[in-house]
Amino acid sequence: MTDLTVPYVAVLDELEAEAIHIYRETAAAFRNPVLLYSIGKDSSVLLHLALKAFAPAALPFPVMHVDTTWKFREMIEFRDLRAQQLGLDLRIAKNEVAMAEGVTPFTHGTHEYTRLMKTVALREGIDKYGFDAAIGGARRDEERSRAKERIFSLREPGHRWDPRKQRPEFWRTANTTLSEGQSMRVFPLSNWTELDVWRYIQREDIPIPSLYYAKPRPVVERDGVLIMVDDERFPLRPGEQAQMRSVRFRTLGCYPLSGAVESTADNIADLIAEMESSNVSERAGRLIDGEGGSSMESKKAEGYF
Amino acid sequence: MATALTPVLHLVTCGSVDDGKSTLIGRLLAETGSVPSDQLEYARQTRRGGSTIPVGEIDFSLLTDGLEAEREQGITIDVAYRHMNLPNGRRVLIADAPGHEQYTRNMAVAASNGDVAVLLVDAARGVRKQTHRHLTVCALMGVKTVVIAVNKMDLIDYDFGTFEQLVQEIEATASRLGVPQVVAIPLSAFAGENVTAAATTMPWYTGPHLLEFLSAWVPIADTTAAPFRFPVQFVVRAEGNFRGYAGTVVAGEISPGDEITVADSGRTAIVDRIVTHEKDLPKAVAGQAVTLTLDHEVDVTRGDLLAASGPNLAQPADRFGADLVWLSEEPLAHGRSYLLVSGSRSVPATVTSVRYQLDVESGFEHAARLLNMNDVGRVEIATDKPIPMDPYALCRDTGGFLLVDRVSADTVAAGLVRHVMRRAFNVVPHTYDVDRAARVRLMGHVGKVVWLTGLPGSGKSTIADAAVASLHAMGVHTYVLDGDNVRTGLNKDLGFTPEDRAENVRRVAEVGKLMSDAGLVVLVALVSPYRGDRAAARELFAPGDFLEVYVDTPVEVCAERDPKGLYAKAAAGNLPNMTGRGQVYEVPEHPDLILHGTGDLDATVEQLARVILGE
Repeated sequence: MTDLTVPYVAVLDELEAEAIHIYRETAAAFRNPVLLYSIGKDSSVLLHLALKAFAPAALPFPVMHVDTTWKFREMIEFRDLRAQQLGLDLRIAKNEVAMAEGVTPFTHGTHEYTRLMKTVALREGIDKYGFDAAIGGARRDEERSRAKERIFSLREPGHRWDPRKQRPEFWRTANTTLSEGQSMRVFPLSNWTELDVWRYIQREDIPIPSLYYAKPRPVVERDGVLIMVDDERFPLRPGEQAQMRSVRFRTLGCYPLSGAVESTADNIADLIAEMESSNVSERAGRLIDGEGGSSMESKKAEGYF
Repeated sequence: MATALTPVLHLVTCGSVDDGKSTLIGRLLAETGSVPSDQLEYARQTRRGGSTIPVGEIDFSLLTDGLEAEREQGITIDVAYRHMNLPNGRRVLIADAPGHEQYTRNMAVAASNGDVAVLLVDAARGVRKQTHRHLTVCALMGVKTVVIAVNKMDLIDYDFGTFEQLVQEIEATASRLGVPQVVAIPLSAFAGENVTAAATTMPWYTGPHLLEFLSAWVPIADTTAAPFRFPVQFVVRAEGNFRGYAGTVVAGEISPGDEITVADSGRTAIVDRIVTHEKDLPKAVAGQAVTLTLDHEVDVTRGDLLAASGPNLAQPADRFGADLVWLSEEPLAHGRSYLLVSGSRSVPATVTSVRYQLDVESGFEHAARLLNMNDVGRVEIATDKPIPMDPYALCRDTGGFLLVDRVSADTVAAGLVRHVMRRAFNVVPHTYDVDRAARVRLMGHVGKVVWLTGLPGSGKSTIADAAVASLHAMGVHTYVLDGDNVRTGLNKDLGFTPEDRAENVRRVAEVGKLMSDAGLVVLVALVSPYRGDRAAARELFAPGDFLEVYVDTPVEVCAERDPKGLYAKAAAGNLPNMTGRGQVYEVPEHPDLILHGTGDLDATVEQLARVILGE
């Protein structure tokens, strides 16, 4: 009897090879590509794969972070440290106008805040530097509407995503030609799952922010969601007080919008074990998606990544 | 590409919503633990209009929901990709193709990477047209294993006779299409029988259930597969004079010390190192993304193909017979230049002729000049420069290509190379001492071809006749190749279909080339309605040796003149292929000269003669 067991490492090897292939194609085919780096676990894997794809040469394109200015403090420290260690050409995109107007997640509602500080900031950043391809860490397993997303996802002039213009993808061959005003979003991790990302981080020993690991942190509970009080800008309600609880984050974004989970997993093995037993989809903890089953699709049509 | 272990199995699922496809995929995903619990909860609580499944039970079909627009229309309009974890650790990437009639193109996308296809058939409704269509597209795109999932067995009381009859019908088609492996599994997606657990209701079936089959599947041995193939994606330059070629091994394997040939140039080199980020490898196999260094400097750029040296080397060629799946709403334009993209290579290419269109339901081939969206057809393609490609059956990556519109940048077709026409490379022209220049000295003028094109009855032959008389009087050596005259001899085997017209033009152009090389001024009077055919004729000549002259006469005038009675016949319905009636005439876009067939003949001839003599 043949042993039909497939070791996990073999699955990861194949996913890695596919991502590297996509990276190389992107670097060679586009005039001015950029790696969108959002500091989280997917970005960490994305960056690691990019370094692998071009070794022994250096990364042949810059890295851009869309900074909403409400990220966890540790994320920014981690970002700057990694950029320094790896000698990255790091660009920061911020919506300065919205910042000056005092847009915050507390004053403008999560949807409008996200549109201004993430979507608009991203579009402006891409336009400012003239990037024609932006590489991101989106995965098809994140949400149902992403199941049909292409690996090479076309954006029309104005960064508009038009489902009817998406190109059919055959074999490993990509049509990377752009007409006037078009740009491309590229997703090397399309076929990865969240667990693949964690297993790969474990295997490759990839540095990630410690926010992913459980630690006593100051949190408040609002509508059943645990929010970390990361700095003095957080408006506590009358009588509200942060309490220390052992929590970790499943996804990292703007701290007022990232729900923490109670956990004691303070190392990657425990974390993976916890994930395997819970089996709740990742975006369940993100506050910005909770507006109807298809809100991600609407945001994408506006140019959200 | 599948290896023996196949850690990631590429599965394509085809069938329509009515066949119960969403339910089958949903159940597979849910029962292998491949769906997060909150999404399962959604499928327990949400109900579509008309659903009879009680709230609280899982509506499996909801797990495969896609875009908002589709949910409103209740149909699936695009390929969806989902993953599934099998109990033995194998990953299954499901490309779910919509079953709707008009979406042959989506089927082709989903099948392009497929190792295995699951073809759903509704046992109660039997084999339908779309079943044949799905099977044909899977076979076309090179899917080697087809699982016929005969669903809704519960609705036919698990009847073996019905199952067997249905399977025999499909197997006959599969065998005609040359699908190497076909298996049939009777199941019920709704009742969960033979999907992830064996059914107890069909004791007559002793084979594996679907999940079992997918877990145990191994690719069938393929002795015809291409040896080592490595399209270069990126040239890596780094410190210490490092120069490596990055890409993915798409066929075969390679080790340091092996000789490779740059298929584009024929140069050879020895592989020195197989470099990866961590360490050098002793061997790289299909599917691995690596960087190769060579033992000495050879000219290699992005898009070049590194291949195993030897008899199976892909030879550069500039003519290919290929199947096209037409993807664009704009039909295939005969003779238009597209970009041919294969792997990391991109070259201008022209579809020179459409051989036939394939009816994907009946399997019949019929004559066609155009391909519309979702059509599949056999064409001939000419590339601007020779490129090495393999037949698709040998390697999907080096035998498959895209056609890209040069203005909109849309992908308009997916192509599969069927024949590489390399005959031109086996013939080496002999060089003679008495050459063209010597003949020009003797003749006193250069030979050329003057190509008169226009509607039947536009006045081509009349103009040619008068022009030749005039030139002859001036001492110019001339000859007329008249369409009708050529068709009584050299081309009497040809009819008037677009393909035959293309061949007619090709032969006349070749004869014209020989005659002009001999020093004659050759006037061709030929309807030659298609731009692509005329462009191909022009390509045979050096600039200035070929003059395209459009004889522009309104079709009403031509019909009134009707010197050969053709317009009368066409009006009576006896001439379906008549240019200007049943077939179109493509007006030249940039002719060297336009003559008006309604003008004064002497003035017209003088105008033509001046252009011919270069005055």
